[in-house]
Amino acid sequence: MRNPDLAATRRDLMIGTAASAAAVAAPCAAGAQTATTTGPAKAAGAAAMSKVSFTVNGEARTLELDTRTSLLDALREHLQLTGTKKGCDHGQCGACTAMVNGRRINTCLTLAVMHEGDSITTVEGLGSPDNLHPMQAAFVRHDGYQCGYCTPGQICSSVAVLEEIKAGIPSHVTADLTAVPQATAEEIRERMSGNICRCGAYSNIIDAITEVAGRPA
Amino acid sequence: MKPFTYERATSPAGAAAAVARTPGAKFIAGGTNLLDLMKLQIEAPTHLIDVNGLSLDRIEPTPEGGLRIGALVRNTDLAADARIRRDYGVLARALLAGASGQLRNKATTAGNLLQRTRCPYFYDTNMPCNKRQPGSGCAAIGGITRQLAVIGVSEACIATNPSDMAVAMRVLDAVVETVRPDGSTRRIPIEEFHRLPGETPHIETALEPGELITAVTLPPPVGGTQIYRKVRDRASYAFALVSVGAIVQRDGTARVALGGVAHKPWRVEAAEAEIPRGAKAAAEAMLADARPTHDNAFKIPLVERTLGAVLAEARG
Repeated sequence: MRNPDLAATRRDLMIGTAASAAAVAAPCAAGAQTATTTGPAKAAGAAAMSKVSFTVNGEARTLELDTRTSLLDALREHLQLTGTKKGCDHGQCGACTAMVNGRRINTCLTLAVMHEGDSITTVEGLGSPDNLHPMQAAFVRHDGYQCGYCTPGQICSSVAVLEEIKAGIPSHVTADLTAVPQATAEEIRERMSGNICRCGAYSNIIDAITEVAGRPA
Repeated sequence: MKPFTYERATSPAGAAAAVARTPGAKFIAGGTNLLDLMKLQIEAPTHLIDVNGLSLDRIEPTPEGGLRIGALVRNTDLAADARIRRDYGVLARALLAGASGQLRNKATTAGNLLQRTRCPYFYDTNMPCNKRQPGSGCAAIGGITRQLAVIGVSEACIATNPSDMAVAMRVLDAVVETVRPDGSTRRIPIEEFHRLPGETPHIETALEPGELITAVTLPPPVGGTQIYRKVRDRASYAFALVSVGAIVQRDGTARVALGGVAHKPWRVEAAEAEIPRGAKAAAEAMLADARPTHDNAFKIPLVERTLGAVLAEARG
């Protein structure tokens, strides 16, 4: 029989380890603070905190964060929205793609404190397991993944790509800059180039997106 | 990443003054290049001044018949603007050839002009780099140089400017508008904006400490067939090995600037007289003083062939 005390997930274990490290460090910091009479001197290299309020998937959230926190880490580590993934953490892979004010961005390359008042949509906000977004359903139908790690970023990106085409935003492969771009496979491939899939599910991803775009693959 | 304090700017001149008087301060706009470099501790500002709230995000006509592009106009919005697509096609094409959709949604016009080189030795903090740490030497010279500069190089640095947009701005004779910490403004022609590396490769632009870009202006449209051809190792989302931005007129005259070959967008106005004689003569004139390495000598014929393809496309 399974012992409930041992049912900790890998995530719980990691969080627990980090918390105990912080607990060990805390007494030293407190001691240093009481040694000053004018309040905590701002030691060189000390973390700076800042408050930020934004909406995530329709819900107002306020966080007090180390200014260094990326929007990605704010979502994953502070709001427990772990659908958005950390791949390269340098804007090269697209796993962290989410929408801010309706536009897709790399959440790893932006600071959370820079998003005061913004409206953020993550993969959790697109749909849920029993109420999938059409793009999520299409990825399932077309097997648009293997390991699945890049998939939330691929799905957020592809939803935004179809919006960008609808809005008439041209791409590198748009032949006529003054014409309205179409959701062709060539256009989708170019526009999805910021999302890397190491399993190589690209052809099925294109099939999923073209189906949602209402065009035959 | 090193800790930093953070504030939101309320006016362009105020932001310039704040950066000038605060040691270790930097502006942040799109952040797509700066934050990448901060994570690697290649950049380590101790104070960030967020300029995103400044109203510098419009594209407006100028009295002369050109366009004034606010510093914060995102690359996506600039490329999608109907006036840019109609009258400044080389700029729209260059923007769309750069980065990814996600990055273009964030990256700004001014930030694009200020992005740092992608020289692998600049990124590798275990290596000497005069740009990253002045006086430490250049590990690229004698290293793996396939991507690096072939002209305008120095003994201190052979890095390239990575921007596609800047190549188009150079061919369009754009002007960079700034505000200085004392509140005065100035206009810097794009040809004077980016510097060659010389002995001080860490000084990349004509900007003074604290000086903030507020806009980039384009002169009235010059017509012609406008083309941006980028040659790279993969079809999308890669930096240029060589790129050619060109405006070709019906009479065969043209303006041409090159990307991927130098520390700045490379344009030689005197060489443009050779263009009606063909790509070979023009490329030779543009790259007469080239000093390629063994690894990147291929860029010389690649420029000629890419320019040849551009001129052929323009003839239709």
